[in-house]
Amino acid sequence: MQKRFIRMFLRNNRFIAYVIATALLIGAMLLGISVGTVSVPVISILQLIGTEVLQLPSMGTVDPMYTTIVMDIRLPRVILAGLVGASLAIAGAAFQGLLRNPLAEPYVLGVSSGASVGAVLVLFFNLTLPFIGIFTLPVMSISASIITIFLVLFFARQIERSMRVETIILTGIVFSSFLGSLLSLMIALTGEELRQIIGWLLGSVSMRGWEYIAIILPFFVIGSAILLFSSKELNAMSFGEERAQHIGVNVARRKLWILIGGSILTGAAVAVSGTIGFVGLVIPHLTRLLWGPDHKHLLPLSILLGSAFLIVADLISRTIISPTELPIGVITSLIGAPVFAIILIRRRKERRG
Amino acid sequence: MLSVNHVTGGYPGHDVLHDLSFEVKKGELLGIVGPNGSGKTTIFKMVSGILKAQSGEILLKEKPIASYSAKQLAKVLAVLPQHAEQAFPYTVKETVSLGRYAHQTGWFQMWSEHDEAVVQQTMEQTGIAAFQDQYVNELSGGERQRVFLAQALAQEPEILLLDEPTNHLDLSYQKELLDLLKKWTREQGLTVISIFHDLNLAGLYCDRLLLLEDGKINLHNNPNEVLNEERIQSVYRTNIEKHPHPTVPKPQMLLLPEKHADDLNDLVIDERYLERTDETLTLTAPFPLRTMSSGVVGSGTGWYSSFVNRHVDKSYNCTNHREEMRAFLQDHNIDPTETVGMMTAVQLEDVSYRLINHEEVSVFIVVTAGGGNAVDASRSRVHDYNPLPGTINTWIFVSGTLTDEAFIQSIMTATEAKAKVMQDQEIKDALTGTIATGTPTDSILIAATQRGAHQPYGGTITTLGKLVSEGVYTCTTEALSKHKRRGQARA
Repeated sequence: MQKRFIRMFLRNNRFIAYVIATALLIGAMLLGISVGTVSVPVISILQLIGTEVLQLPSMGTVDPMYTTIVMDIRLPRVILAGLVGASLAIAGAAFQGLLRNPLAEPYVLGVSSGASVGAVLVLFFNLTLPFIGIFTLPVMSISASIITIFLVLFFARQIERSMRVETIILTGIVFSSFLGSLLSLMIALTGEELRQIIGWLLGSVSMRGWEYIAIILPFFVIGSAILLFSSKELNAMSFGEERAQHIGVNVARRKLWILIGGSILTGAAVAVSGTIGFVGLVIPHLTRLLWGPDHKHLLPLSILLGSAFLIVADLISRTIISPTELPIGVITSLIGAPVFAIILIRRRKERRG
Repeated sequence: MLSVNHVTGGYPGHDVLHDLSFEVKKGELLGIVGPNGSGKTTIFKMVSGILKAQSGEILLKEKPIASYSAKQLAKVLAVLPQHAEQAFPYTVKETVSLGRYAHQTGWFQMWSEHDEAVVQQTMEQTGIAAFQDQYVNELSGGERQRVFLAQALAQEPEILLLDEPTNHLDLSYQKELLDLLKKWTREQGLTVISIFHDLNLAGLYCDRLLLLEDGKINLHNNPNEVLNEERIQSVYRTNIEKHPHPTVPKPQMLLLPEKHADDLNDLVIDERYLERTDETLTLTAPFPLRTMSSGVVGSGTGWYSSFVNRHVDKSYNCTNHREEMRAFLQDHNIDPTETVGMMTAVQLEDVSYRLINHEEVSVFIVVTAGGGNAVDASRSRVHDYNPLPGTINTWIFVSGTLTDEAFIQSIMTATEAKAKVMQDQEIKDALTGTIATGTPTDSILIAATQRGAHQPYGGTITTLGKLVSEGVYTCTTEALSKHKRRGQARA
């Protein structure tokens, strides 16, 4: 009864939800910038952001070493981690709503496997496309993820014209396995680049710098906008596609948009950071549990919580056995899997009780 | 409002509907009935734009359904699904609010005051406003059904499609929902098309019925025409009987359970089951008999197993004799709901009964009779109304299966036989001095086992009629003469 009351209280206070989520994100960012082999005092960070980012008049002098650490290393790293976490979380929330399955995530549709194959191809053949130079890898992986989702949809349509969700999931799983074995094949054939490929596959946001933020940001904005403008349709579709159609949603077109939006976000995230699991699964789930399934709020709140979560995960990955850095994917899985298991067990218990 | 013209189609590689055409007018309540797999749901999917017709066209408000966008269609047509998926725990209000989707326009699709008012109103109408903050998945099946009805109504549709709307509802909500739908069709001109499994509900509420068989229209007409016994038997391939609803001029289709072998034994109702005390004459049948009677309790048609003829004093006078009779039966451990009860001022010792057989039919007649207060029916106008306890009570028990026609004809035959007795005994109407035909409060009862030989008719020269007329004539004569002798003895 008390738990119920707390749940209702949380759901009915959306303003508080946004305040809490924003506070968590700001806290995580400050922590992520501050903590490291050299710790930067929070007051210096605020001063630095004031002068360097917001171009405010001088707010007192800051140690130039701090300036370098914050502006060249930690700030871009934290922002990138935040953008990747946000992308994966909102894409996960959208896929779960669309597929009406709280256990779905971008990986289920084969999207991230596609993105990985695109990226590993670049590493394997040492490709550099003309004009885009170092952007070859992200462009290839985003393209590969979008190609994958269209292939999945094409095959799903071949199997069944109405393209039921179950068919899409099954097709996605088939593609995932197939692309997974392509990856294994390339890894097996690799000599010297093995370590690079494995490291990339495990996921990391270190040493990427501002260019990577520039790469992911436009895709993040476009993908999130598509999904945020589809939040009502996602609400309708969680009652089944037929129901959504009856309510007035153009299901075929909207489904396509949501899948494209989710794929852009996933592809961009995989391109800049490799495969990072569990964010797209756990964060939407947790958000829904706290603040309800209404996608109008679920999507923005997932963005906030997802970025905060990945920033903290990245912080742990680089400090826990410092100076060695663990791949961030290892940390998210280590945190995410047990949390997920607990959520599952509690849900089962709730249903029985 | 809606017209379906020569529509053929269904699922890829498998046409369910074949050249279907029908029309629905504004404010009409159309019921779609038919056995499983006859294409009821497929029609709905086509009309609601989920499936496309292979050939033919569907016009909604004179425009082809394909020319509507999803949103435009949702403003005109709403669907109540048989079941909706419940992937996430939405609250009742969130769920109902989704029904406003098609009405919200613009980039940010703001929630207007009108939207809120419509949602509140539909929640009131469907009786779910009280739990609008609860989770839909925590509600009972019937409550959930009403949530989705509210969602459909929030679309403010002109035409509403319902797929077996009464499926999860208990009796009172079934009636409430259908009464509400009927009211909306009358008052607001809402057009309703509903799939029904329950032919009786469909017959009670629908203006017209569309009977489907193997994807084709068997008949589209008013319920009385569609719910024809032979038609329904052949379409549903089962044994049913059509009967009129007792209080509403609508047909009711009744299922007939398979009979058990031991139900079929030809049991004969005779004096073994008759028991007499000074106050009551009771026949207790071993199973309920189909009865048509004019008793004090249990009159009309029905199934009864106890039959009571009660002696009351000549001075018996009670304003509510039905209530008093019920209380009397209860005092004697007889269930009034299973009993036909009559009254007489005649001494019950003077009863006359007789069992007569012919071939497979047997008729057991029980008569108590007295000639006082006799009236000539042709001169009854000169009498004042003054109900006195009946003086000729005739019971006819038939061990056989009778049609309704046979019941009525048997009553005629028995009455004619009774009038003939009055004539032969020269019993006169005291007021007019002419030969009487009966007494003003005579009662009759005819009860049949409905097992054994079929008796389609009961007219005077049929097998059954002969037994009835012979039995009633002899028993009434005997009872009257016993009564007369008693009168003479007393004098």
